[in-house]
Amino acid sequence: MLVSEREQLRANIERQVKEFGNDRSALIPVLQDVQHKYGHVSEYVMQVVADILHIHPVEVYGVASFYSFIGHKQKGRFIIRLCRTISCDMQGKDRVARQLENDLGIQFGETTPDGNFTLEWANCLGMCDQGPALLVNERIYTKVTPETVHDILEECRTLFGVYALQEKETLCELPTPVK
Amino acid sequence: MSIELNKNTSRSPLSQRIQPMGIPGLEITDKLVTVTIDDKEVTVPSGTTILEVAKQIGIRIPTLCYHEDLCVAGVCRICVVEVEGQRTLQTACAYPVTEPITVRTHTRKVRQARRHILDLMLSKHYGECYACFRNNNCELQALAKEYGVDFFRFGHPEKPRFKVDRSSHSLVRDMDKCILCRRCIRTCIDLQEVGVLEVDKRSDQSKVITFGDKPLGEVVCINCGQCINRCPTGALRANDPTEEVWAAIDDPTKHVVIQTAPSPRAGIGECFGLEPGHPLTFELNTALRECGFDKIFDTNFSADLTIIEEGTELLLRLHKALVEKKAVALPQFTSCSPGWVKYLEHFYPEYIPNLSSAKSPQQMFGAVIKTYYAQLNKIDPKDIVTVALMPCSAKKFECNRPEMCDSGWKDVDYGLTTREMAQMISEAGIDLPAMPKSDFDDPFGTATGSGVIFGATGGVMEAALRTVIELVCGIKVEDLFEHADIIPVRGFEGIRFLELPIKKVGPVPDLLKNLIPDWKWLEGATLKVAAAHGTANAKLVMEDIKAGGRCSECHFIEFMACPGGCLGGGGQPIPTSPSIRAARAKAIYSEDASYEIRKSHENPAVVKLYTEFLTDGPCGHISHKLLHTGYTPRGKYIV
Ligand code: SF4
Ligand code: SF4
Ligand code: SF4
Ligand code: FES
Ligand code: FES
Repeated sequence: MLVSEREQLRANIERQVKEFGNDRSALIPVLQDVQHKYGHVSEYVMQVVADILHIHPVEVYGVASFYSFIGHKQKGRFIIRLCRTISCDMQGKDRVARQLENDLGIQFGETTPDGNFTLEWANCLGMCDQGPALLVNERIYTKVTPETVHDILEECRTLFGVYALQEKETLCELPTPVK
Repeated sequence: MSIELNKNTSRSPLSQRIQPMGIPGLEITDKLVTVTIDDKEVTVPSGTTILEVAKQIGIRIPTLCYHEDLCVAGVCRICVVEVEGQRTLQTACAYPVTEPITVRTHTRKVRQARRHILDLMLSKHYGECYACFRNNNCELQALAKEYGVDFFRFGHPEKPRFKVDRSSHSLVRDMDKCILCRRCIRTCIDLQEVGVLEVDKRSDQSKVITFGDKPLGEVVCINCGQCINRCPTGALRANDPTEEVWAAIDDPTKHVVIQTAPSPRAGIGECFGLEPGHPLTFELNTALRECGFDKIFDTNFSADLTIIEEGTELLLRLHKALVEKKAVALPQFTSCSPGWVKYLEHFYPEYIPNLSSAKSPQQMFGAVIKTYYAQLNKIDPKDIVTVALMPCSAKKFECNRPEMCDSGWKDVDYGLTTREMAQMISEAGIDLPAMPKSDFDDPFGTATGSGVIFGATGGVMEAALRTVIELVCGIKVEDLFEHADIIPVRGFEGIRFLELPIKKVGPVPDLLKNLIPDWKWLEGATLKVAAAHGTANAKLVMEDIKAGGRCSECHFIEFMACPGGCLGGGGQPIPTSPSIRAARAKAIYSEDASYEIRKSHENPAVVKLYTEFLTDGPCGHISHKLLHTGYTPRGKYIV
């Protein structure tokens, strides 16, 4: 990342952090906010956040790695998280999983080469009576079957298309992971 | 006082903080409550934990994550007890008593739970005790014995899960032996405020990592080794060069000399079963000769040398500021603690000009041995191997700094910790406490009490003051302080201040004549000094300086990276606690009091060195080449 980009990013984060107060208790709201805006929290950003909140970068790292919804690597535009906990498991999550892998051509934990989709496991989403359940970004889908997987993906590609483009604009601000 | 920056960002224990911080629910109040533990009744102030109560009445409750120096974590669960009326077992270390309770510490339920906890820990614990440096001094091993573990209920790993991290000059991390007690984390974050270690992920994925799981050698670790001293197992250890040292001893072409620092001498007895606080200085000399070292020198010699160089540097800085009216970096910071030096390089690189350019005693000695001593004894410096016995893991990093080769050779070849030395001695079959006493070798034999107290926090300051007062005021220190004991800079308070008005000045001593013509300009001035120990306190001082507080008005500040100073160093015997450190400090101060010469500038060997070798005096050309150094701004960002 260029120095100027870094400064820009730092200024953005500083502005964001102000809303939450610069105290160590603001850490989680700040991380959520950064994750929401940039899709991930890079190692550089963690250090900036630590600086502003007067805590150690490694503490930020520890908190970020504790929560699976905060990631430190850039992921796909749509993150699909399939529930793997017992109810969904019994209601056929395996077949859904295989369908997702087939349709997207990636394994769980991977991102499609075009950067559109990331496939991940999630633990209970609180929809046990309507399983199998999955999340696409912040939207929940229930009673998913291998057949509906195709629809969901299509929906992402079209219905979310505009949103995706918009997202792209903000994505321009995205920091590339620090080397 | 304006030091209160970041006061709510740390969970460090009160002993390490200036501002007492309340832990909700744990405040000790005046209210008294009655606790019954195993049928013994006792009345304690409300807020005391079950563990503390049990200790008071001599009931043992096992602990692993609890440590006297650290905040309570309550993560290992080994200290569980039964509290009447509570459905589940409770952790004794994290249960503040606020109302009358009845506790049972070894019911069947408790014993079983503890045993299962141990079994679970062992099911992930890869390693064999007989191939582990903590064998016989390991809290996990001791508990396994205490609870009669004779098989692995939940299995035992057959191969390592992690790679051993050997990237640091000072520390080795073997996460296969880690039981996730998080003592190292609390040490590094709270006690030292360096912030190198944390837990990654959660549950069975948990692992202690550095930022970005990078190798320890690439992050902001200052090598203080405080985490080693508090780790209950062999997961953390110092980088051990004993094999190389033995090889040098066994090589007949090598002339192996060792310098011993005061703190290891005060602590090493603990490795041989003595109570803390028994210095074995002269027994150690005999033992080292037995081991095969050719010469044994006292680091105090170069500590005295450091005082002369660093004191002169201070006087020159003051002269520049007050007489020549030039911009000069003040306060001057001491540079003898390599952990502190690296801390400053990482976190306050803009203050590097304030660091004294004088090398630490260890490095000065190395440089003097490979030049002056080599010439004197007509030994080719390439055949000399210098070993330093230090209480410190950061010294291993220091002697490997690329700039520490001013003699033309690596000034100090190997740094040994107290623990490693004890290991070598026992390997040689020597019972150290039973050794006859013998003296240090010439030509550096005679040391002073000032060198000895370098080992305690405030010691460098006290030694420097003794010399500066006498050189500048032309009076005896004893006229100002009884027995030349400068009490205000002693003790374990985090940061200590002393103001010393210079009422009248004396003549400039010969040693400094060619540097400063007279002391007139110091008459009526007040010398302000401070001492801080533990990098958490160092951080407070630095923030105060930045904010223009009291510390910024000081002229000279002593910093030591380790709580308690060198005597609490990361290479000292394990375990450590406030009372152990206090006992070691007492040993050091009593050794000081026993010396006839107690001021650095009166050390005849030092005076001789200046007349024979460093002929252009303190801070002169030769001394600058050999005894001074430079620093590297490192910054804290990890990329
Ligand atoms: S850490 Fe303790 S229990 Fe583990 S191998 Fe070493 S001595 Fe044995
Ligand atoms: S040696 Fe010191 S700085 Fe390094 S990890 Fe251990 S406690 Fe932290
Ligand atoms: S490395 Fe040692 S101190 Fe740190 S968590 Fe593991 S066992 Fe505890
Ligand atoms: S088990 Fe899948 S939502 Fe609860
Ligand atoms: S010692 Fe109490 S939980 Fe670890």
